[in-house]
Amino acid sequence: MTTPETVVSLAGVTKTFPKGGVTAVQDIDLDVGRGEFISLIGPSGCGKSTLLRIVGDLVSPSAGTVSVNGKPAARARLDRDYGIVFQAAVLYDWRTVTKNIALPLELLGWNRTTRRARVAEMLELVELTGFERHYPWQLSGGMQQRVSIARALSFEPALLLMDEPFGALDEMTRERLNLELLRIWAETGSTVIFVTHSISEAVFLSTRVVVMSPRPGKIAGVVPIDLAQPRGVTTREDPRFFEHVTSVRELLHAIGADSIEPTLVEGFE
Amino acid sequence: MSTVVVDERPAHLTRLTKSVRSWLPAAVVFATGLVSWQWLLPDVAGIESFLLPRFSDVMDALWTERDALRAGAWITFKEALGGLLLGSVAGIAGALALARWRPLGSALMPYFIAANAVPVIAFAPVTNAWFGTLSPWSKIVIAAVLCFFPVLVNTLRGLTSVHPSSIELMHSYAASERATFWKLRIPTSMPFVFTALKVAAVLAMIGAVVGDFFGGSTEALGVAIQSSVALSRYEVAWAAILVASLLGIVLYSGVALLERVLIRWHPAARDD
Repeated sequence: MTTPETVVSLAGVTKTFPKGGVTAVQDIDLDVGRGEFISLIGPSGCGKSTLLRIVGDLVSPSAGTVSVNGKPAARARLDRDYGIVFQAAVLYDWRTVTKNIALPLELLGWNRTTRRARVAEMLELVELTGFERHYPWQLSGGMQQRVSIARALSFEPALLLMDEPFGALDEMTRERLNLELLRIWAETGSTVIFVTHSISEAVFLSTRVVVMSPRPGKIAGVVPIDLAQPRGVTTREDPRFFEHVTSVRELLHAIGADSIEPTLVEGFE
Repeated sequence: MSTVVVDERPAHLTRLTKSVRSWLPAAVVFATGLVSWQWLLPDVAGIESFLLPRFSDVMDALWTERDALRAGAWITFKEALGGLLLGSVAGIAGALALARWRPLGSALMPYFIAANAVPVIAFAPVTNAWFGTLSPWSKIVIAAVLCFFPVLVNTLRGLTSVHPSSIELMHSYAASERATFWKLRIPTSMPFVFTALKVAAVLAMIGAVVGDFFGGSTEALGVAIQSSVALSRYEVAWAAILVASLLGIVLYSGVALLERVLIRWHPAARDD
């Protein structure tokens, strides 16, 4: 699947950590077009989180080039071209829901009135209206993660980076948030790179699933998911959904990492 | 089908019962303590009055000496409060500087940790020589130095114990060092700062009273305790000790109240 406009372009990206000389990812070539939803899937230690952090300029590659919106990744970070969602919600305990969502807006120098208006919009988007003045500890894990998503989207970044955002949640909350994420993706038209351990989650959400092999992390294959949009509860019952799940699983099987479901939850980094 | 028990008592009454129930054990201990002090220790155990005067005698002394005790309390309280403010402000400022310039921190930290282990109170006679025996400053400085180290060390720990992912988030927003400091490091350190301030409040009171022992305005509380003992007026000494204890509690509660107001988000402030 080719899209006219490339948002993220990786060429020959390799990352070797000086400590122990571990090569986390090797020779990654990947182009992500505007509006795509890309999942990175693979067993623990395949470097998928590292790859996501390289795109976000939180980790610098040892070799290769990374461009985001046609700029070097470092420039894109300084331009606030992406929003990031981690596995833990990483909300600031001392800030209410409203102020957590407004954090990037404060850093961008928005004034109070525009901040308030945007936060209200975001709360509606993630269906948390009424929780403006709650503190993070007063929210459930799923609600915290929705606040985190609202915060990442608040300044309308072109790119959304998500590092196993639902990995720590129970299956039911996870499926509900998957649906919500698809709705938000459709409404905002943003480009998403999503790291996950779950094959069904990857197939359900993505336009393309990138399967990675472990140590050193390489792209083992890319599976285009042409299930109809918008997807919903019935998508998971579609026989073609299972076909895609099978082809992703076979790819993982081929690299000797087929037994990754049920979802493994990695500890916090 | 199970029977649903409906509590028909009015809500405020239930709440009252609940609060009485939670306070009752403490109240019983308090009453037992007073009864022992007043009757059991002197009459049953035969504790002499120079070891521990009867509660009622101490209360008498508290009443007859009220003017002197009030004046002394005010002097010593000012010394403690002055020391607490001075030491805490210096400690927090020091921690901010050390967190901002890490090489400075790593150069000085071993000395601060070593200094933390020094019995600062040993310097009390010396500060009298430096600032004058009658001057409140000799006591304020002792109290301040006592407060300084725990506040500095704890604040610095708070400023530097920020979770890496919180920093990464700030980094992803390309936040400046300055913004990260104000919006992340300072709020993270607040619970640490208040833990230190509560310790410091107690230390400041100790510093002021012990500082008084080495000489001070004849009216000061510590001087009153010492001279009453010298004159065998034990009930007056105990009255003064009681006042000093109350002052310590007031100072501590003041800091605790400030904590509740300033960091309502913190678990310590959670009511439910």
